[in-house]
Amino acid sequence: MFHIFCPYCQEYREEEEFHPSGQAHLVRPADPASVSDDEWGDYLFFRDNPRGIHHEMWVHRLGCRKFFNITRDTTSYEILETYRMGEQPSITAANAEVRREQGVQTADGGWQTVGAQPENSRLNEETPS
Amino acid sequence: MQRYSGFSLVKHALSHHENWERHWRNPTPKKRYDVIIVGGGGHGLATAYYLAKEFGVTNVAVIEKGWLGGGNTARNTTIVRSNYLWDEAAQLYNHSLDLWKGLSQDLNYNVMFSQRGVLNLAHTLQDMRDVQRRVNANRLNGIDSEVVTPEQIKEIEPALDTSKNARYPIMGASWQKSAGVARHDAVAWGFARGADALGVDLLQNTEVTGFKIRDGQIYGVHTNRGDIEAHTVGCVAAGNSGVLAKMAGIKLPLESHPLQALVSEPLKPILNTVTMSNHVHGYVSQSDKGDLVIGAGIDGYLGYGQRGSFPTIEHTLQAIVEMFPMFSRVRMNRQWGGIVDTCPDACPILSKTQVKGLYFNCGWGTGGFKATPGSGHVFAASLAKGEMHPIAAPFSIDRFNTGALIDEHGAAGVAH
Ligand SMILES: Cc1cc2nc3c(=O)[nH]c(=O)nc-3n(C[C@H](O)[C@H](O)[C@H](O)COP(=O)(O)OP(=O)(O)OC[C@H]3O[C@@H](n4cnc5c(N)ncnc54)[C@H](O)[C@@H]3O)c2cc1C
Ligand SMILES: [Zn+2]
Repeated sequence: MFHIFCPYCQEYREEEEFHPSGQAHLVRPADPASVSDDEWGDYLFFRDNPRGIHHEMWVHRLGCRKFFNITRDTTSYEILETYRMGEQPSITAANAEVRREQGVQTADGGWQTVGAQPENSRLNEETPS
Repeated sequence: MQRYSGFSLVKHALSHHENWERHWRNPTPKKRYDVIIVGGGGHGLATAYYLAKEFGVTNVAVIEKGWLGGGNTARNTTIVRSNYLWDEAAQLYNHSLDLWKGLSQDLNYNVMFSQRGVLNLAHTLQDMRDVQRRVNANRLNGIDSEVVTPEQIKEIEPALDTSKNARYPIMGASWQKSAGVARHDAVAWGFARGADALGVDLLQNTEVTGFKIRDGQIYGVHTNRGDIEAHTVGCVAAGNSGVLAKMAGIKLPLESHPLQALVSEPLKPILNTVTMSNHVHGYVSQSDKGDLVIGAGIDGYLGYGQRGSFPTIEHTLQAIVEMFPMFSRVRMNRQWGGIVDTCPDACPILSKTQVKGLYFNCGWGTGGFKATPGSGHVFAASLAKGEMHPIAAPFSIDRFNTGALIDEHGAAGVAH
């Protein structure tokens, strides 16, 4: 069960208050009428489906009802950060390993490893610098 | 292959059943095959079996990173039915149902296919309209679907709460009598044993880590046990299809989600059939061993963890108790998850790709067990001939760009 930090409410709340809403940072073509079938199909149906770092949109459905983003590992289920709409992730597949070694900070400056693999749990024991 | 029969049972009893042959060999990989199948689940094994048996292609390897059937094949709730709405899907699933009927004999392996029927419940007027529409479409496609009333449902499944006092009273259902369940491990093992006997190499603990592609043509795969060559490669990897596609530079419209199931302690026979409800969102049947087999929904987020979340279990059991209040004190024995590859239109992808010789059979999501023999059969035909079989052709990956989707969200329903 996730314990999710809402970047608007500035609080950890239970997973049940939230609802996942798919891949984050999708950009709707500015002029849908002018894109090809290929581009339109890609926009509608093709999603990243990584085994690893994923940026996804969630909604705090039973809380502030605002949408926000989560960076999460789809294998360990570790939530690496939550951030507001319009912001960019600070942790990406490219820099995640480096980040992981340094320890990963969540939005409130704490650590979130619920559901994580044992090898990740040591992150909990380190103090963020 | 040693054939199983009443006679062989008696014969082996005389030697205390100590001399049965192994089900399949454990071969060392050859350098080259005619066809490589990636993924040793039911669909991959069925593909290999039919390639060898029906299309004379026996120089085949099935490459499996774990053990045979260890993916979704032996994690599902084993429901087999064919009451899908659209012609394309109805044909595919009905082709499969036809093969199920003779499968134990064909494989000389008891897959325990039991046609005990499936009820899809309707709790609202809209549900009823959908049920009627689907049943009508099914009948036009020659599928034995019918609409049943709450009184008929009571007769089919007395344990179900069909009273008006239920929170979501049952208004009717669709009933497919020829549907049912089968033993999922036996399906994987039966196809594996049959394929092995026809010369197919089953390579377990062998993971495909990349593809060998030259000038847009596939010529082999990289594995943790070295490179293996073939000019035709079929990927049948369910939840991990996207990972494989990425290795080949292909994008698939799939999302991988955990889907879980639970079984209870064994009970005396109480359920006659399979009951599914989209509206309260649960489904249940009883295995021959006596345990209630309960399927949950998917977790809404992506995950490769082969486990599901607790809120989902809770919702599922609420639904089961809503339908069968008498089960409220049954204890659950085990719970597990599988990674399902959901597709935007709830239909599978059986398709060529832009890499020549590289095919994908995936996107079965929450409901592909029922299609195991049919999918294997039409996919084998496609690999053997280099052209998609007519039943498989509408399931091309192009449909997500042409717009020719086959929307089965209604029939896929609670999934499965
Ligand atoms: C809980 C649950 C309940 C379900 N209930 C039903 C139901 O009632 N009815 C129904 O019809 N369907 C149901 N399904 C769906 C059904 O199980 C699947 O659609 C079907 O079994 C898929 O079969 P498959 O052979 O394609 O995949 P799998 O059995 O998952 O096989 C894929 C194989 O590929 C292997 N693989 C992956 N990557 C690699 C690699 N790189 N190299 C080598 N091997 C690799 C995996 O190890 C795996 O063994 C359910 C699924 C789940 C999880
Ligand atoms: Zn909030």
